[in-house]
Amino acid sequence: MNTSIDFAGIHLHNRVLVASGTFGYGNEAAAFTDLRSIGGIVTKSVSRLPRHGNQPTRIAETPAGMLNSIGLANVGVEAFIADKLPFLRTIGTSIIVNIAASSIDEYCDVLERLDDEDGIDGYEINVSCPNVKEGGLNFGTRCEMTETITREMRKRTRRALIVKLTPNVTHIADFARACEAEGADAVSLINTLVGMAVDVNTRRPKLSTITGGLSGPAIKPVALAKVYEVSKVVAIPIIGIGGIMTWEDAIEFMLVGATAVQIGTANFRDPDSAVKIARGMEAYCKEHNIEDIQELVGSMRVAGDITAPGFVNVVRQA
Amino acid sequence: MSIVNTAFPVESNELVAQDTWALRFRSPELATMLLPGQFLNILTDDGVDPLLRRPYSISNIYGDLCEILFTVVGKGSGLLSRKRPGDHIGVLGPLGNTFGYTKDFATALIVAGGIGVAPFPLLTTELLQRGRPVLTFLGARNASKVVTRGLVNVHIATDDGSTGYHGTITECLGDFLAGNVIDDAMIFACGPTPMLNSVRDFALDHELRCELSLESEMACGIGICQGCPIERCNCEEAYALVCTEGPCFDARDIKFHEHQLR
Repeated sequence: MNTSIDFAGIHLHNRVLVASGTFGYGNEAAAFTDLRSIGGIVTKSVSRLPRHGNQPTRIAETPAGMLNSIGLANVGVEAFIADKLPFLRTIGTSIIVNIAASSIDEYCDVLERLDDEDGIDGYEINVSCPNVKEGGLNFGTRCEMTETITREMRKRTRRALIVKLTPNVTHIADFARACEAEGADAVSLINTLVGMAVDVNTRRPKLSTITGGLSGPAIKPVALAKVYEVSKVVAIPIIGIGGIMTWEDAIEFMLVGATAVQIGTANFRDPDSAVKIARGMEAYCKEHNIEDIQELVGSMRVAGDITAPGFVNVVRQA
Repeated sequence: MSIVNTAFPVESNELVAQDTWALRFRSPELATMLLPGQFLNILTDDGVDPLLRRPYSISNIYGDLCEILFTVVGKGSGLLSRKRPGDHIGVLGPLGNTFGYTKDFATALIVAGGIGVAPFPLLTTELLQRGRPVLTFLGARNASKVVTRGLVNVHIATDDGSTGYHGTITECLGDFLAGNVIDDAMIFACGPTPMLNSVRDFALDHELRCELSLESEMACGIGICQGCPIERCNCEEAYALVCTEGPCFDARDIKFHEHQLR
């Protein structure tokens, strides 16, 4: 039974990665799981300079979900290379560095700096953080900005280039198509949905930034629909993200078109989630006599012709 | 140190004061590892609502049994209060640092507000074993919320004066120290953030050594979500994480945001 895949120079020994911002730089979780058994680690976002992150309160739990407003707290690219990358190199799984920035120049600088270092298999470009004042969502909600960033990143690296898309747009498929056209090797989706919560006793927002990013099982149906939508318009691999808590959730994402998945909020509940989910997926394949897990990708069975007139579907015809 | 991430059957769950429960589960491994001030991140339900674990201080250890003390404030703690012997809870720990109870001081002044009393029975046990005198100052909203189990030399203050000193626990402590000479004291405090802030101010004004055990909204409890920052004092790095660098902090090293005090 094969769970691995190679694309754009990345070898994933299974289809389960951990999502940026939900697993630190790997070392923090080392005592809680077998890092090597994770298909790939997407690091906490790295920006040019260290970022302190937002004031407390940064977290609020909501029904079957959570809001966060961390504000891209990170050590900055130099400290990442000096202090975090050496450990990541020793793990023996694919390492994808998530890059966040507030200008195109910053994206370029960070990527160029990282591209000098070995031990990095690819980059995930964060154009979709809802919790920072500059950059963040501004890039991810304007198609021409997403396009420009992808193009500039592509010029600067031969390593795998993944663009992480936000669902906070009218047609996410347009953004995915733009990324593919500009040379991205994959897209990952979805980042968090903008949300908020209010304390009725104090009449104050629960988060210091008022709004934040919603994640967890509450957003899984939205994420599935977005992955499905994108899968109809691009040929590059899609990495599905959004509320995956169990191996069944992960299989669902593969059925609608994801080549791999990222585990995010589930890591907060159980830092061993990714490994448990990967094992569950493997057991599912064995039970269903699936020789290569790739068979599952986009294999959802749909009755009828979804291109027929009048068929209600999120997918717009190109 | 190894980490436990396991479901344990509840041994007992007892109402010890109004809305306040003492829950015990059996784990020889955790019972030998847990130290005063550390916490456990507890999953109250297998479902996804509540989604996240809840951090609880280890309150006391009885042989192989670990005890947490909690009040019912929301859905998670409500579920926990309904756990009966044989029901399971998911436990991740030990997490966080410990109180500095091995430091060099003569007398420990324990200052607790409300359910902030939780970590102190175990701390008291450790201090008494080391021959350190302990004085305890315990604040509560009213008499029905007072929990004194596992504590010694307890001075009580209530907001409504229904028992003990009528006023805040910091005022109670201040009055006591004004009338009694305690040499080389060290404060260990836990409670609501506004109370911790007043204890912090008191300690800094009187040049008393003081450690605060903080509470915070928290998702992971292990330093990966970055969700529980506390502002540092006199340090280049703006924030510490309550879960991994705390929950116990020297009062001089941290400060509270204005909006944490509301």
